[in-house]
Amino acid sequence: MHGIKNSTLDMRGPALSRRGFLGGSAVLASGLIVPQSALAADEPVKGGNLRLGLGGGSTTDSIKPGSYNDSAMISVAHALFNGLVEWDADGKISPELALDWQPKDSAKTWIVSLRKGIPFSNGKTFDADDAIYSINMHRGKDSKSGAVGALKEITDVKKIDANTLEFTLDSPDADFPYVLTDFNVLMVPNGHTDWANPIGTGAFVLEKFTPGVSISMKATGHYWKPGRGHVDHVDITIINDATARLNALISGQVDAINRVEPQAVALLEKAPNLKIVRAPGGWHAVMAMEIDKAPYDNPNLRLALKYAVDREQILKSLFSGYGTLGNDHPIPRSDPYFNTELAQRPHDPDKAKFYFKKAGLTDPAITLQVSDAAFNGAVNMGTLFQASTGNAGIKVNIKKEPADGFWSNVWLKGPFVASYWGGRAAATQMFTSAYKSKANWNETHWDNPKFDGLLAMAQATTDEAKRKTYLWDMQSMLSNEGGAVIPVFRDWLDGSSKKVGGHTPHGGYDMDNGMICEKAWLRA
Amino acid sequence: MQLLGHKLGWTATFGIVVVAINLCLMLFAPWIAPHGQNQIVADAWLTPNSQQWLGTDDLGRDMLTRLIFGARMSIGLALSATLLCFALGVSTGFTAAIAGGWVDTLLSRLVDLLLSMPLLIFAFMILSVMGTAIPVLILTVGILNSAIVYRLARSVAMGIVVQDYVEAARLRGEGLGWIMLREILPNAAPPLLAEFGLRFCFTFLLIAALSFLGLGVQPPNADWGSMVKDLSGMISLGSSAPFYPAGAIALLTIGVNFIVDWLLSIQSRGHGEGA
Amino acid sequence: MTLFVASLLIFAGTEWLPGDLASAILQNNATPSNLAALRAQLGLDRPIAQRYLEWLNHALHFDFGTSLANGQVVIAEVAPRLENTLFLAAYAAIIAVPLAVGLGLLAAIWQGSFLDRIINLLTLTVISVPEYFLAYILIHYLTVSLGWFPSLANVNTVTTLAQRLYLTFLPMLTLVMVITAHMMRMTRASILSIMASPYIEMAYLKGLPTWRIVIAHALPNALGPIVNVIAINLAYLIVGVVLVENVFVYPGLGQLMVDAVTKHDVPVVQACGLIFAVAFILLNLVADVVAIISNPRLRYRAA
Repeated sequence: MHGIKNSTLDMRGPALSRRGFLGGSAVLASGLIVPQSALAADEPVKGGNLRLGLGGGSTTDSIKPGSYNDSAMISVAHALFNGLVEWDADGKISPELALDWQPKDSAKTWIVSLRKGIPFSNGKTFDADDAIYSINMHRGKDSKSGAVGALKEITDVKKIDANTLEFTLDSPDADFPYVLTDFNVLMVPNGHTDWANPIGTGAFVLEKFTPGVSISMKATGHYWKPGRGHVDHVDITIINDATARLNALISGQVDAINRVEPQAVALLEKAPNLKIVRAPGGWHAVMAMEIDKAPYDNPNLRLALKYAVDREQILKSLFSGYGTLGNDHPIPRSDPYFNTELAQRPHDPDKAKFYFKKAGLTDPAITLQVSDAAFNGAVNMGTLFQASTGNAGIKVNIKKEPADGFWSNVWLKGPFVASYWGGRAAATQMFTSAYKSKANWNETHWDNPKFDGLLAMAQATTDEAKRKTYLWDMQSMLSNEGGAVIPVFRDWLDGSSKKVGGHTPHGGYDMDNGMICEKAWLRA
Repeated sequence: MQLLGHKLGWTATFGIVVVAINLCLMLFAPWIAPHGQNQIVADAWLTPNSQQWLGTDDLGRDMLTRLIFGARMSIGLALSATLLCFALGVSTGFTAAIAGGWVDTLLSRLVDLLLSMPLLIFAFMILSVMGTAIPVLILTVGILNSAIVYRLARSVAMGIVVQDYVEAARLRGEGLGWIMLREILPNAAPPLLAEFGLRFCFTFLLIAALSFLGLGVQPPNADWGSMVKDLSGMISLGSSAPFYPAGAIALLTIGVNFIVDWLLSIQSRGHGEGA
Repeated sequence: MTLFVASLLIFAGTEWLPGDLASAILQNNATPSNLAALRAQLGLDRPIAQRYLEWLNHALHFDFGTSLANGQVVIAEVAPRLENTLFLAAYAAIIAVPLAVGLGLLAAIWQGSFLDRIINLLTLTVISVPEYFLAYILIHYLTVSLGWFPSLANVNTVTTLAQRLYLTFLPMLTLVMVITAHMMRMTRASILSIMASPYIEMAYLKGLPTWRIVIAHALPNALGPIVNVIAINLAYLIVGVVLVENVFVYPGLGQLMVDAVTKHDVPVVQACGLIFAVAFILLNLVADVVAIISNPRLRYRAA
């Protein structure tokens, strides 16, 4: 689908592939080469009302950038606003409101030039002041944004001229443009605070917003991105109950839904007028041990648990096989830096017994804290984990925590907690978020100078071969010594009617990483 | 057939058989069930077959085994919570009706307070703080439900308190407890019994609803309410799995209420007629 | 008075919960710095008592403030939902109450008959199924298989009455099924308990037909408990239908309150809690009054 976009898009900036971007040369993405004949059969159609049934909305939702943490608002926000850099469906990045980016000082400083003449919905033209205001919403001591962690590395952002910005980072980061794809970092007019009446550069303007119930938006009619923004109108209904969502799609009351229950995929595939949009991505389940607390400070115990867990069973039971096996590190197979030489750790009760014996612990109290607040199925994962460790003679207790307060009182507090990580656009981002020694969300208390050094080197270098060596080493370190048991990566599963075109699988998030509104069209 | 000198209709017989079977399951679950309650015996979502008579659940555990162990947990919980709420509700309700005056006002306002908050949300708040150990669950559900029983008990007793025979007992100088047990309870029994039959079943459902919020029976223990909850979505996929635990709850509810009906019919017909 | 204590309790309860609004909003995007900033902006760093008194002072002037989570005015957020909740409750009650009392009377008149048993069996089966499961079954057959009714009851302010009745048919049907059994059984039981009284024997001896005895003699005296159960069920219709709202995507108060409780959005929780408390107190007042009017002895005692 990115082929359609690029074939018609007037993007003079570098459509960067992950391997080619550092030199700053305008290396064009492979997407351009898609033959025109393949597209002719499925040209986007203009017009129509797109009806979406989305889980992941709440009556407490707000349109303010920085407040999004679930699917519904992410899709709404990307219909109303644009970011600086777009994370494409093929895992690469391309210019959005930024036109071009160039590293300086071995990637410690970045010069970002902005697209000219893009109008906001109130008629004002987007410029550097708007961008600085929008970035600073997520920075500093007083920021309440969910993107504070992601933008922490920015120490300063300056205006060079009306269409150029200079970002200064606290340390070199060759993957900085990936940071700008964060779904909370979206461009709004300088000084805007009236979030009931949002103003953006997106394909749509807000018509009616009832938090947790419904959102309707209508097309501006003059969207600046060529080949995007096909439908006239979008109606989003928040349907948090998975069964209700499925029924709404089957009975034709909505055109597309997110988060199809894995068990329902077979049923949907059988329906003649429906299709499944399946996207392997970086979403993974984690059982995180704090490695500075007993008994998890014992590396043999950690290995025993890693061998004891039955990954296949978890993948099959929880996600009906719609996902891939994890290898106790957070980098998905779809990532170009995935370590392909690291052998997949098998389910091996004998090895588990061996390492458990080697650990020499008499009756260690192992309690895994679980809650479905972490993700739907976390409790079941705990149950399966308990059963499979039991087969290896390791007794694990499961403690079900209340959903309320899970993220504030259990996660990052308990010594052994089941949680999850959404995908990150770049491997270095994932390591910086959760495995760097000083990271806010370092849930395993992984504190390894060698690892931190490799990360800094990977972020500072432009040499592909070196980056690969560093990142591969980091994956095997985590897999063999780390405190995270990462059993599976889950695919995103959306469902849509066959008359919906342009609903592309995207590994970043469900509903085409929230881009569904501007990318989808309705066949007549 | 006769029991305690009263004729048993087919409904009452049916009720007694169902309740008896359930009690057996509850008491002897580990010996009856073909597998351990958390043993993963096969693939998930198997349809009924010769090995797993009712198929397997979302994790590949034997459905029949889960149902049998579920009987133990569900009935035990629901029964203790219901008994607790009746003991509390009936005694306070009668006290309020007999004493009247400020005692009645105080108790009634207190109960209004309890009832004026959505039961589910209130239970949710309490359990979030107190944790979800089984005694806490029983206490919470029992106390919250007792408010409803209180209102019913009070309104029934109010009608009886003003009857001549109660006035007579009062004039004779009988104590509060005596009046409660000997005069009011027997005469208030029918609506209370009917309520008991239903309250018992509502307790099942409340616990199921609580597990919807992550606060019910803790896994991996099986209970029918959470089984229905876990499996209910499968109905859209044409699976019969959710009907087993739902059917078990329905069967038990019907059984208990048939017995209640039988007791009611004895009462309303008087002793001579029923025999 | 009850309202005041209720508001205090709700406030304390929300405070008592382990998390807080800031962490509920940020979830796993929280860092110590954005948590602290958000707490300060929301005023969560001030003492509990101060916050409660401020809220109380405003509430006494009918100012329920703005939602902490999304900054909308609480009344504007609550009002349309209250309307929806009352609409659905009325829709279900208009059908369920006469149905339940009618069935209860029939079952009592022909006690022990085939009809009695069928009514009992059906209502008991329905009542023992969790409401959301009942809703799924109805959706599966009436929406997916037959296509008669929509499963999304997403009404809004411009929906006409006819559309509204059509859209909310399935949630209404679910609720009717849930509450009918309880009310029906109490009607039957109350009537039967009266049927054992001497004055009913007297009426029999006078040769009156059973149906007349039930309606003219037993029903008025059994009214107290029946009205009470109806009141409890009506209160349930207003207060307890969260799960049904959830399945049918109906924008009622229950869903709002659950969302607000999980996010610790105290002003919204308080407003919902107060509405529920008022509804409940009013319904009980009516039930008590009806009970007193229907029983002359109580009337005398109350006076």
